[in-house]
Amino acid sequence: MRSPAQLILLLVVLSDLAVLGTTRLSSCIRVLAAQGLLLGLLPVLLAPHLTVHAVSLGLGTVVVKAVVLPWFLAWAIREAAVRREIEPLVGFIASQLLGALALALAFAIAARLPLPTPQQPLLVPVSLATLMIGFLVLTTRRKALTQVVGYLILENGIYLFGLTQTESVPFLIELGVLLAVFVGVFIMGIVVFHINREFDSLDSTRLTELSD
Amino acid sequence: MTWEEVAALGILALTAPAVPGIAVKTKSFLTGRRGAPVLQLYFDLWKLLRKGTVYSRTTTWVFRAAPIVVLASLIAAALFLPLDGRAAPVGFAGDLVAFAGLLALGRFALVLAGMDTGSSFEGMGASREVTIATFAEPTLFLCFIALVLATGDVSLGGMLGAPLAAAWPGAGASLSLVGVSLFVLLLAENSRTPVDDPATHLELTMIHEVIVLDHSGPDLALILYGSALKLALFGVLVVSVFVPRAALAGPVALAVLFGGLGAVAVAVGVVESVMARLRLSRVPQLLVGAAALALFGIILQLH
Repeated sequence: MRSPAQLILLLVVLSDLAVLGTTRLSSCIRVLAAQGLLLGLLPVLLAPHLTVHAVSLGLGTVVVKAVVLPWFLAWAIREAAVRREIEPLVGFIASQLLGALALALAFAIAARLPLPTPQQPLLVPVSLATLMIGFLVLTTRRKALTQVVGYLILENGIYLFGLTQTESVPFLIELGVLLAVFVGVFIMGIVVFHINREFDSLDSTRLTELSD
Repeated sequence: MTWEEVAALGILALTAPAVPGIAVKTKSFLTGRRGAPVLQLYFDLWKLLRKGTVYSRTTTWVFRAAPIVVLASLIAAALFLPLDGRAAPVGFAGDLVAFAGLLALGRFALVLAGMDTGSSFEGMGASREVTIATFAEPTLFLCFIALVLATGDVSLGGMLGAPLAAAWPGAGASLSLVGVSLFVLLLAENSRTPVDDPATHLELTMIHEVIVLDHSGPDLALILYGSALKLALFGVLVVSVFVPRAALAGPVALAVLFGGLGAVAVAVGVVESVMARLRLSRVPQLLVGAAALALFGIILQLH
């Protein structure tokens, strides 16, 4: 273990794999909240010295990704009364294997990317892996709420990639991105709620069927 | 083989039945019961050894050979492990395959004995045992590959010995993933709770217990002792990965090993009291998860 930041990045990957392996939506959301907390710690640990910029970015991330969004998703589950992802398009075992494959791919790609060497060598591969695993969850699960979880993991991957550039990205833009994600998930939550009221189910494949 | 290695093996052989005892005691303590004594398995073994054996008329020599093959293969496998953290009594390049093979041989003999009885229950148990093994064995090899990559040594005595301590500072993350993966394997291979419930005696739900339903007397004692020894062997693997003992003096290294074994037994007990048994269709998923952890460990090494 060379640094705490490295440990946190490893835990982020483990939480990705955990989301791929859980059927229960509430534990998915709990893992997502833990991931948000880890992501909030990262800007503080990665900054060479404590700056207001890094601390406020970390705090904002924790508040949005570890408290508000998980709480909102938990509310949506309660309202919609969905508990489990029953039959994803790609089974749980296959999706875990695909996750491991995505991990290998991410490390292979990151080694070939012509990026200026970041201070934390694991940051780029972990961000790519998180991105791909998020995409996997987003595309292969049936329940609209799990798809929202996948979208958030995808966004976490983008956030991790953005951390390589924390020095040069203005604070306002990052806050803007956080706000956009928050509003996006808020709208998704409301849509999910209405899907559930119309169709009595959150199975997104039913949305392609015609009904009068 | 030095007398120290013989002594270490002897102590392992003597203390093995206490390992499941500690797990059961921990479970009882955490669930607010008094529980069986830690040494219960010794009493059971003593009782069984004094009893006669009953053989069904449908069984053949396969059934009678199984307990001896199981125990012999496990003792042979134990020879490959460096108990003092430095060197194993027996070792050659690539002996990790022999280790996995010996474990598989024991399981094969037991499964054949189960089928030999002609009982449908035991056939079911045998099929489950083999199904789980199909997922557990690749995971074991993935763990070994990660260890080989970390230490650059292809024998169990080497990769769990001195090179491992040198590898920890550089590859600590990867090694701890391998350790966790090995612990999940320990639970699966020894039919502990999330995979099988060692406390149940209902034929329809159990996996390992059902195969040995027809064994009795000294035969059953050998099998029960064998499964305790197998648990201890996997415990040694887990402890060796987490606590490299090459730098410690011989007796201290052994004390650390057996302390670690006790800790692993307590951990097994804790897992058993906080988790329910997984549905059979979910067991492969747990093992694939362990395989994914080991794979991640390998990827980190190659990075």
